[in-house]
Formats: sequence, C-alpha cells, structure tokens
Amino acid sequence: MERHYILGISAYYHDSAAAVICDGVVIAAAHEERFTRKKHDAGFPAHAVRYVLEEAGVQLHELKAIAFYDKPFLKFERLLETYHAFAPAGLVSFLTSMPVWIKEKLFMRSMLHEGFAPLLAPGQTLPELYFPEHHLSHAASAFYPSPFDDAAILTIDGVGEWATTSLCKGEGAQISVLREIHFPHSLGLLYSAFTAYCGFKVNSGEYKLMGLAPYGDPESERARDFERKIRENLVDIREDGSYVLNMRYFRYATGLRMYDAARWQALFGVPPRTAESEDLGQEYMDMAFAIQNVTEDIVLRLARTARALTGCANVCLAGGVALNCVANGKLLREHVFDDVWIQPASGDAGGALGAALAVWHISLGNPRRADPARDAMHGSYLGPAFDGGQIARACRRFHAVAHVADNLDALCETVSDLLAQGKVVGWFQGRMEYGPRALGNRSILGDPRNPEMQKRLNLKIKYREGFRPFAPSVLEEYAGKYFDLHNAVSPYMLLVTDVAQSLRKPLPPDYHSLPLWDRLYWQRSSLPAITHVDMSARVQTVSRETNPRYWQLIETFRRRTGCPVLINTSFNVRGEPVVCTPEDAYLCFMRTEMDVLVLGDAILYKEEQTPLADDADWRKQYTLD
Amino acid sequence: MNFLSDVWGFLKVRKKFWLLPLLVALLTLGALVVFSGGSAVAPFIYTLF
Repeated sequence: MERHYILGISAYYHDSAAAVICDGVVIAAAHEERFTRKKHDAGFPAHAVRYVLEEAGVQLHELKAIAFYDKPFLKFERLLETYHAFAPAGLVSFLTSMPVWIKEKLFMRSMLHEGFAPLLAPGQTLPELYFPEHHLSHAASAFYPSPFDDAAILTIDGVGEWATTSLCKGEGAQISVLREIHFPHSLGLLYSAFTAYCGFKVNSGEYKLMGLAPYGDPESERARDFERKIRENLVDIREDGSYVLNMRYFRYATGLRMYDAARWQALFGVPPRTAESEDLGQEYMDMAFAIQNVTEDIVLRLARTARALTGCANVCLAGGVALNCVANGKLLREHVFDDVWIQPASGDAGGALGAALAVWHISLGNPRRADPARDAMHGSYLGPAFDGGQIARACRRFHAVAHVADNLDALCETVSDLLAQGKVVGWFQGRMEYGPRALGNRSILGDPRNPEMQKRLNLKIKYREGFRPFAPSVLEEYAGKYFDLHNAVSPYMLLVTDVAQSLRKPLPPDYHSLPLWDRLYWQRSSLPAITHVDMSARVQTVSRETNPRYWQLIETFRRRTGCPVLINTSFNVRGEPVVCTPEDAYLCFMRTEMDVLVLGDAILYKEEQTPLADDADWRKQYTLD
Repeated sequence: MNFLSDVWGFLKVRKKFWLLPLLVALLTLGALVVFSGGSAVAPFIYTLF
C-alpha cells in the first residue's frame, strides 16, 4: 500500500523546525537550533529537514506535500493595515520591516523553493506547498496528537497572522474556529512586554519571568497595586476571557520596543530594568507576580468559555502561552475540564508538526482515530539517536576515557550511586526531545534531596541566574505521593503543581519579606532543590512504557535511596541550544563542572578526562538568553 | 508569475482590493530601496517625497 509522507516546517521568525508524518503518524521532528547550535535559529531548517527525511526514509520529491506553518500574505496584510491604522506613528518600524518583506518574505514560495533546491536532484520537482494559518497549525499540533476524540482547543501566543488567541473545537478529523482575538490585542505580547520591562529578553526570557513570579510578595500592597493597575490601565478583561489592550501603553504595533517606557514608569513608579546585570529588586518580583496572576485569570476565563462553547470535557493547549506551566497547573486544579493535554512543542517550532497534520487531515481530508490510552507524540522523543558505534567514535575524537557498562542494570546501579553521592550527571540517551524541555534523553541530573544542588547547578553548571528553579522527574507510580497532581500525568513537564504537604517544612512568619537569596535557600521541603519558593514544582512524570531507560534509572535511585525523584534540567549551558550529538554533550560536559557524563552505555568521569585545549573562550559562542 | 497569481488569489479571498494600490506602491518603492544599493536611483526616491 502506498504511504503518504508530509513534511511540515516552521521558519523565518524564530525557532525553525521540521517534522515529518506518514499517513498521519508522527515519525520525526526536530529544532534547527540543535543542529546549527544557534539558539532560536530562525533560518531555513535545512539540517532539520535532512534529518527528518532520513529518519522517515523518504526523499523530498517523494513527499505528498510540504506544509509551511503560516500564511505570509495574511501576515503582510496585518502589517500593512497596522501601519496604516497607526500612521504616521511607526514610520521607523515600517521602514525597518519593509525591506525584508519586499525582498524576501513576500516571496515565501520562492524562498522555500531555494531552501529545498539542494535536496532535489536534477529532474526532481518539489511537492505541492500548503500554507495553513499559524493558529490552525498550533491548534492542529495540540488536537491531532492528543488522546481525545473531541476536545476544546485553546491556542494563545504573541501573534501569528492576525490571531493572537483562538478558541477552536476539534472533532474527529476536523477543527472549527469558534472565536479569535486579533492583533494588536495579545496576551502573549502583554506578557512579553513585562518580560522586557523586567530586563529579560523577549521570546526567551518569558520563562524567567514566570520563575520570578513566586518571589513576589502576595501579601504586599505593592503587588496588589501592580495587579490593579494592570487591570485598570493596561488590559480590559471581559467575563468571557476576551480582552482589549490599551495601546497607549504599548509600542510593539508600531515601534521597535514593547512598551511606552514613560507611561509605564508613570503608572508603576518603577523604571524599566534595562539589563539583566542590574540588581533584581523586589519591585520586579512583585511585577512578575502581578502579571502572572492576570495571565492565569485570562487563561481560566478563556478555558471556561471554551468549555461552554464546545461542550467538550477535555481541552488541548498550544501556542507560546501554553508553555506557561503555572497557568496550566491552575487550569488543571480548577477542574474547568476533566483533562488537559498540552503539546510539548507549544512554541513556534511545534507549528511544523501542526502544519503537516493540518494538511493531512483538513486539506487532504484523511480521517483520524485517537487512542484514549496514549497520545501520539511518542513521548516527544522525535529527534536523532546515536548508537554505540557513533558514541565510541565521538569518544575517540576527543581522546575521552569511557567505561562501557555491561548492561542497563549495571549502568543504572552505577549512575544512581553517583547521583546519591551528590554528583551531577549528564544523561544522554536515545532520541532527542522535540520541544523546549529535556525529558530524560538530553538531561542533566542531580539528587533533589541535596540542599546545595540548586545553587551548584545554576552557578557552576548551567551558568544561569541563581533564582531559577529546577524541575523534578518523578516515577509515574509515585507522582501522587510527592506532588498534588490530582491524578493527572505530566509527561512533558508542562504542569506546575504543589509539592505534597507531607514533604513540606515549616516557613518562618516573615518568609515573604526575607531577601530573595534567604528565601531561595530556606529549606522548604525534604526535596529542597526542586521545591520553588512558593512550594511549587514543574513536574515531569516518567512512564516505564514511554522512556524505559530513564524510568529504570530513577527506579534504581529509588531502591538505593527511597526517593523516586531526580532533578532534571536540560543538557546545555545558558544561551546554548540543548545538546544534540555525543560531541555536543562531551563539549558541554568538559566546559562545566559536571562530574559525570553518560553517553548511551558509556560512563565518563571528569577527573579521567584531558581538559579541552584552546577552549578558554567557548562562552563567546553563545549569546546569553 | 506564481507570485502575481498568489497575490491576486489572496486579494480575492480576503476581499481586500483596496490594498492593491498600496501593495503596488510599496513594491515599487521597496524595489527601489532594496535594489538601489548605490546612488543611481536615490535621487528618484528623494523626488517622490
């Protein structure tokens, strides 16, 4: 029987990626940044395309179709109408953006042809190109791989073409759009404006703002005042979750900045924090707390509206705002829906997969059958894998000293012993993850019981801000005992939930008024390294079926220590994309104070390795995010 | 030609024919800005404004 392959790509904005499906089944997907080592690489995803086609065993000209994740003309229409509406304001931004549109982006079809040309032999032609809308791509990435026959779909991001928020219903193979909120009114851009105001980078620092929010003092007058001012001046939130931004306070529609600094400063009485090197004062933590509350409120209202409009018991989420795990956790706790499924690649990279699925089911009219027992993402382990031979070659290239374990049991015994001794372990196994989270195949692991671990990981291994929390991986079987997950699973680390009451330790009465570092290093629970200052944790539940090797490692650690939880952070340093190859992993291992590296079955100890020669200025390779 | 038919299709579907003169003007002006590089067409741009 003939098989039909569809390639989906996202490119030219941020987080380029490629994905391939075969008869609607997800085969492979990967971010371009992992291959080029350029964080958020926005270029044509040539490496990712080559990889996914190779993984699928198909050539470009044999594909049924190629799907690009948005509609360039519709985006251009939005740009023109926006500049027209705001004119003469925005002239500088207009003159900045037009050349790239007129020279390149308007001719997207030609650009794609040029990008694909090296993959075509003479006489071969490019398959038909499709351009599903940006939010449809997100919605498709959320609904089609989900385990639901029908579901409400909520997609929220910065902006696609016009839509910034979409409420859809997925039923069988169809997705119908029920409500949309259009640019310039955007929850994603509102959150990004606060990200920028607090001194973090737009499009990458939103995680940091979310991680900073729990440091806000919920009992302080200032935090409450910030929230009131946001609601009264910046965003008008309606009962159904729709919202209107007061554009007098924002500059992103016409300018090269997110916000009007003078108006914000007059409103909040706090100047913008212009660089991450500046001290992080309590006022910015309160601001992060306030905007996080507003964001959660909007998401919850939208979810209630989605439930009422669709009548569906379940919801699927995608779009950049769906990576706000705190809001996702609240959605779960409020029981607006019976179940919540979140696309692990919820950002624009996930649009590549969504575009391919949208073409398969909507444009080509193919049916869909959901499996209620499991989603169709294969644990999001959709990237390249490297076998023992490739790992051995990488070790030889670096003259690395490696000890190959006899079998998985022996490997897990050794590694869990090392973890229990307080060692930090780089864990490189199987296929790379699709989406921003490392889920146990490209991870740095540590013992969550160790009170020094958070500081050590942040400052000596990840080289990132000390306030940032770490996430736990917990065996699925023990998740309910350690975290208040309400019987849900969180395989993609996209839900923030509370650490179980039984693990918590008492807090001092003046806890919220303690300085940041005192609060951070207060022993809040028996798993201090993964318990955030507000007693929450961004949990990954690990299933034996989806990732047997990682499951076995944690199970061995549990038998050794009684603790079925590990710290799991992505295998990279700040500003670096998550490692892809054994070579990337070895370099990252040698450049940090990581103690042990595990590449497949091979164990490498730092003290046995020869330091890298001429590598003193490796940090210049990566721009801090 | 593909590009022109795509543009026409887009205007028809979106029923936004009022964008056509704007598009033509922008593309003409844009082509001048992008491809001018040197000074040959610069005076022409200045005379437009």
